[in-house]
Amino acid sequence: MNQTLLSLRALSKQFDGKSVLDSLDLDIYDGEFLTLLGPSGCGKTTLLRLMAGFEHPDKGSITLAGDDLTNTAPEHRPLNTVFQNYALFPHMSVFDNVAYGLKMEKRPKEEIRQRVDEALAMVQLEEYAGRKPHQLSGGQQQRVAIARAVVKRPKVLLLDEPLSALDYKLRRTMQVELKRLQRELGITFIFVTHDQEEALSMSDRVVVLKEGVIQQLGTPREVYERPANLFTARFVGETNFFPGRVDGADGEDTISVNVLGLKRSFRKPDFQVAEGQELHVLLRPEDIRVLAPESTDGVPGKVVERNYKGSTLDSVIHLEDGTEVLASEFFDEDDPAFDYRLGEPVRVSWVDGWEWLLPQENGLAQGAIADA
Amino acid sequence: MNRWLPRTYLTLVYLLLYVPIAVLVVFSFNESRTGYDWGGLSLRWYEALFNNRAMVKAMWNSLWLALSAATISTLIGALTALALHRYRFRGKQVLNGMLFVVMMSPEIVLAISLLALFLLVGMQLGYVSLLLAHVTFCLPFVVITVTARLSGFDERLPEAARDLGASDFVMTRTVLIPVIMPALLAGWLLGFTLSLDDVVVSTFVSGPSYEILPLRIYSMVRVGLKPEVNALGALLLVFSLVMLILSQWILLRSRR
Repeated sequence: MNQTLLSLRALSKQFDGKSVLDSLDLDIYDGEFLTLLGPSGCGKTTLLRLMAGFEHPDKGSITLAGDDLTNTAPEHRPLNTVFQNYALFPHMSVFDNVAYGLKMEKRPKEEIRQRVDEALAMVQLEEYAGRKPHQLSGGQQQRVAIARAVVKRPKVLLLDEPLSALDYKLRRTMQVELKRLQRELGITFIFVTHDQEEALSMSDRVVVLKEGVIQQLGTPREVYERPANLFTARFVGETNFFPGRVDGADGEDTISVNVLGLKRSFRKPDFQVAEGQELHVLLRPEDIRVLAPESTDGVPGKVVERNYKGSTLDSVIHLEDGTEVLASEFFDEDDPAFDYRLGEPVRVSWVDGWEWLLPQENGLAQGAIADA
Repeated sequence: MNRWLPRTYLTLVYLLLYVPIAVLVVFSFNESRTGYDWGGLSLRWYEALFNNRAMVKAMWNSLWLALSAATISTLIGALTALALHRYRFRGKQVLNGMLFVVMMSPEIVLAISLLALFLLVGMQLGYVSLLLAHVTFCLPFVVITVTARLSGFDERLPEAARDLGASDFVMTRTVLIPVIMPALLAGWLLGFTLSLDDVVVSTFVSGPSYEILPLRIYSMVRVGLKPEVNALGALLLVFSLVMLILSQWILLRSRR
């Protein structure tokens, strides 16, 4: 494990003079499920198309297990793609769609039949071999597209937002199925999505992209719990940004920070801190604790919104200084203090040690960050 | 009354459309020599038609001309449409517009200019001049039909084929052409019919060596309407109906 399979070096790509990818480096491991995550226009699809060979980089190189693929035509790359809208050949049956890649390799008929049957069995579509794509549902078409791509046993499977056209429930099912397939096949999956939930639940590693530059590369847990910058923190999940000020070091590895008027002791962050420095204290809604108004801990505020989400209860609380706080709490029916009414005064605190510190970034006003 | 008005109106419209055709078909089976009295049922005009060697020759000439003109213009037109669809280049819009100019310009203008051109280069008027002229006026129709189909073409399909190991040529043969086939057929049929019943352009650019059906009929009726022409008209009608049904059947099948 952790052996580099696909290696991207200093990849740059411009369209009409506009830079889409800017000198991007990325090593993709053999057998991993890697997700490229970012908002639309961040370059994730371009990156995938460069790997597939549909686009040619202006600069940089793509190497697969030591072979330089940069100038190789798509038909000669041992990578296959699952397209966003499936791109099934409308004039061919399901069987012929899946067999297409093997026919291109000029495999013997018997082998083609056997491998196509296997691939269709893998996605549970054996009975649909004779149908045309338009006779299938969206989810079935999706599975044909996957079978068609994996039947060639590629080294890497590229998936371009393959679930975005499916409804929520089907998407969930397909996520599980894709993950199972990836485990069974042991193929490297490179998955493009703008859905952070999807990225977190499926991937071994997540690449967060913005304007053609990697913002963070890490496990879903790292990306969610320890975002590298404000963009990642804001894009992946919901976050409360509290303004803090460093009061000074108060121990070996801890610093004292004044946040919302509370004096708290935090682990020293990775970045340099100086006394009096302003920084962001990040807390996920599930880190927040809503306490009774007579509690001695926390900051006073009042509940302005309550949303029942089934397993959790989400609230919006306005602090006295106007800061908006999102809180997401699991039900605890034994806790009598749990259910606050709208407008009721409460105090806001959080679980110690669950906060994450980020430095101020240039060009971002402090106020603008809080309500992002 | 309100119920009857639309029905009467529709009936009138369809009578207007179909009475001439019905008269033609009915009188093609008329024993009598004249077009205004009924002499009983007969196939004599069909017999006369098939015994008229000049007429049969003109029919074959017309069919062969329509076939070749439609095929050539479909080949050229499909490639033109692909180029216009696939590549981005300066002046593409102008080229597109120029197709419409040819399509919309009066036929007589095209006829005169083609004749002038053929005379200028000293070309013998006959099959080749007719073919060139027919390809010219069929071409825009083919390009526009194929372009319409290509605009709804999923750009990911060629990429998917390439991704699965097809070269550009193999992709074109196995994916692109089959997908746009209905448009190619529609364009071909359009060209075929346009060529088959063209009179204006053909009058100008045909020579005595190659007589085609519309011109033959035209010269026949100038000296009085012969019942043979009715028989010919009825046959052409059946032929067009078969072509129409065939094209619809192909379109339906491809849409499945």
